[in-house]
Amino acid sequence: MTQAALEIEGLRHAYRPGVPALDGVSLRAAGGAVTVLLGPNGAGKSTLFALATGLLRPTAGTVRVHGHDLTREPGKALARMGVVFQQPTLDLDLTVTQNLRYFAALHGIPRAEADRRIDGELERLALSDRRGEKIRALNGGHRRRVEIARALLHRPALLLLDEPTVGLDIPARRGLIAHVHALCAQDGIAVLWATHLIDEIDPATDSVVVLHRGTVRASGTVAAVNAQTGGASIADSFDRLTARPAIPNAAPNADGAAA
Amino acid sequence: MTGWGIALYGIVAREMLRFLHQRERFFGALVRPLVWLFVFAAGFRAALGIAIIPPYETYIPYEVYIVPGLIGMIQLFNGMQGSLSMVYDREMGSMRVLLTSPLPRGFLLVARLLGGVVVSVVQVAAFLLIVRLYGIALPLWAPLTVIPALLLNGLMLGALGMVLASTIRQLENFAGVMNFVVFPLFFLSSALYPLYRMEEAGELLWWLCRLNPFTHGVELVRFALYGQIEAEALAVVAGSTLLFAALAIRGYSPARGMGARGPSAG
Repeated sequence: MTQAALEIEGLRHAYRPGVPALDGVSLRAAGGAVTVLLGPNGAGKSTLFALATGLLRPTAGTVRVHGHDLTREPGKALARMGVVFQQPTLDLDLTVTQNLRYFAALHGIPRAEADRRIDGELERLALSDRRGEKIRALNGGHRRRVEIARALLHRPALLLLDEPTVGLDIPARRGLIAHVHALCAQDGIAVLWATHLIDEIDPATDSVVVLHRGTVRASGTVAAVNAQTGGASIADSFDRLTARPAIPNAAPNADGAAA
Repeated sequence: MTGWGIALYGIVAREMLRFLHQRERFFGALVRPLVWLFVFAAGFRAALGIAIIPPYETYIPYEVYIVPGLIGMIQLFNGMQGSLSMVYDREMGSMRVLLTSPLPRGFLLVARLLGGVVVSVVQVAAFLLIVRLYGIALPLWAPLTVIPALLLNGLMLGALGMVLASTIRQLENFAGVMNFVVFPLFFLSSALYPLYRMEEAGELLWWLCRLNPFTHGVELVRFALYGQIEAEALAVVAGSTLLFAALAIRGYSPARGMGARGPSAG
């Protein structure tokens, strides 16, 4: 197989011994496409993000970004990665430009080059006229867009988004989804998008990884996952994969798909 | 500038910007020591006589004695506030941004500490200006000679705050920190009264003050104001800084779970 932007293999993590939050998770996110990490609350999505960004160290398994192992070469791996966390991470009292300049500095981008890229990203997100405003004055949708602009300043090959639409209204959500899909198509970057909302998947283009209780229950294109579960739609498949069986072993589909 | 230099500059500049945007914080940082100076010191002046002890060459009024202690107080509050907000406030998010950038984590944390220290130096400069306008006599070059001591003392207190924030989860609110960290450090030190006075009060108290790194930070600042270096204070503060910084960096290592303290979200 060719090298993907993100390769996760056999990832395991336990906050308490014997109670794994993630147990043997493997997935890939390739360039030019959105890979949706779909899982109900508590599936382990945020744990996976903490591991994939190096905030946590896994008990076992590897994370590779463009071939760079996150544990052995964290600098090289992180340099190729852009992250939008679930929680807001902008400084509310600083302006849009000040927030973006700070991030560019963290990546060692000289000021003139940083300002050039900031101009470009803000333009692309239709935020140019907001550049001098404090984050506090922006609405939730605009704040999210600033975070996405920020995550792209260092031209990453991989963009990780952890439930980026939390707290956004429906038009803002749609706008964000469309923008990220356009980014994939234009720049060829790989996107891993964590969500518990089925309607954020574009069945035509996106790959899906269904995570439930710390393990991958199914993965592949929407059609492949539906074929695997026998579901009529991805929503149907998701229900089948994540439903709690009334009697243990009474859901052969869910267990069968885990492999 | 190299990538490291750019990152260091960016981190320090952000701390300064955040500080300048929060006027209440600047105001609070100044009012606290000034209240002590104008009210507390005025009352104590009558009650407390200070013998001639180094670095002073003559009898000094009490206001002169507590200036270094109040500088220490500014840096102590700044260090605790900065480090605790780093972990428990909304800043939790911005810490993630810092720690997911590509430079080594130890460098990033030390740069973040330095940013806080630079802010405290600005606060101290404003305080010294008011002290001078109020008519308290300090050597002409004191604001310059004190700077190296401020940098080291600020680093020590900031690193201490980071260690506390990353290890003691009960200190989630500032009231707890005030009661169990700031007050003991401040009162069991040479900030308000010379140590020989403590020795008269009791052997145990004296020992506690001697073992308190904040005492040595205050003494380092006190001597530096008069253009002198106090060797023991320098050694203790430098050693404590290294120890606290090492513990702080260890506290933020991925193996210890910075960023996700538990399965709080999906």
